[in-house]
Amino acid sequence: MSDTEVAARLLAEGEVEIIAEWLRLQETEGGGGSGRISSAELRVQCDRFLALLRRGLNQGAETAQDAAFAELRDMLRDLSRSRAIQGFTPTETASFIFSLKEVTFRLLQKDVGAAWALNRLLDAFGLYTFESYQRAREEVIARQQREITELSTPVVKLWDSVLALPLIGTLDSERTQVVMENLLQNIVDLNAEIAIIDITGVPTVDTLVAQHLLKTIAAARLMGADCIISGIRPQIAQTMVHLGVDLNVVTKASLADAFALALRRVGQSVTRVVPAARAGA
Amino acid sequence: MNRIPILRLGKALLVTIQVDMHDELALALEQDLTQKIWATGARGVLIDISALEVVDSFIGRMLHAIASVSRVLDAETVVVGMRPAVAITLVELGLELPGIRTALDVERGMTLLSRRDEEAEGDVERR
Repeated sequence: MSDTEVAARLLAEGEVEIIAEWLRLQETEGGGGSGRISSAELRVQCDRFLALLRRGLNQGAETAQDAAFAELRDMLRDLSRSRAIQGFTPTETASFIFSLKEVTFRLLQKDVGAAWALNRLLDAFGLYTFESYQRAREEVIARQQREITELSTPVVKLWDSVLALPLIGTLDSERTQVVMENLLQNIVDLNAEIAIIDITGVPTVDTLVAQHLLKTIAAARLMGADCIISGIRPQIAQTMVHLGVDLNVVTKASLADAFALALRRVGQSVTRVVPAARAGA
Repeated sequence: MNRIPILRLGKALLVTIQVDMHDELALALEQDLTQKIWATGARGVLIDISALEVVDSFIGRMLHAIASVSRVLDAETVVVGMRPAVAITLVELGLELPGIRTALDVERGMTLLSRRDEEAEGDVERR
């Protein structure tokens, strides 16, 4: 009988005991995530893990990558993912596996070979849990980054055929692409003649950012819309001149100035309304 | 070989590109258009590319060539209705079409041309 089969047999014999002890350990060590997961749910997860582990061991699987453990790996991946999203700490997530080691070690003392085989497997599964946890967290970060990109590039309609694009945050190539596509699509949808790009919220303008801006402006021009840049802060103006960046487009100090110019270009004007009483006096 | 029709609209010529441009068609258009400007004495050329989904550097160069030839014959070229994706592609290709006027749609393009015509007539009157 091989080590893994011995381990499987021993696990099967002491199953009730193992589950009880394992659950108790998780409760005390915080593996239960301090009430974020119900003990019934935890119990289901433990039962399932043990059953899948035994099945793999019975098939003679010696490493965690073995095909016999595919279902077990899937289960662990889902478990870590849901725990990562629920806000478990990495330790709490990994202790799901590591607390089992303590329990089984006591039980498998009778057979050193089986204990060692199981120990190695559980270590590997613990690491796998950790990796899945981290991957899930990274996915969350990537999603948030995407959302920020989308959120921070609104295109605002200021007047008939006048658009504003208030840029906030640093412009990198990826964001420029989103900004550009967004702006151009809006120019088509809203039938705009003039787009005001306000860079008050852009912390730094280096040659790369300037180049991105120029690309956007060139693309808008190809579609028949003019661009005005507004909100260049004094330090940025200085940096741009020292860097030798020449935007070669109409620039205005503030969004208000740019808007006034845009209105003039589309043949509109803003006038002060004189109240009738005062006009008569 | 099919050709792209060139319509006369007052003092302007209207070219609507509704099929995918292949290189021969583009060359034929350039020739036909030059001939037509010369024959009609048109003052402006409107090229509507709102149906064009794919551009390459050749089409970009062709547009540029048409504009240059038209300018020599005293007609202004306005490219209208370029799609966002096309605009981005041209910019990425480094073809920013300097010297070509652009407008969002045919109507705006016509306005642009007629405004230029009025200015030109004003010049003559002032003289």
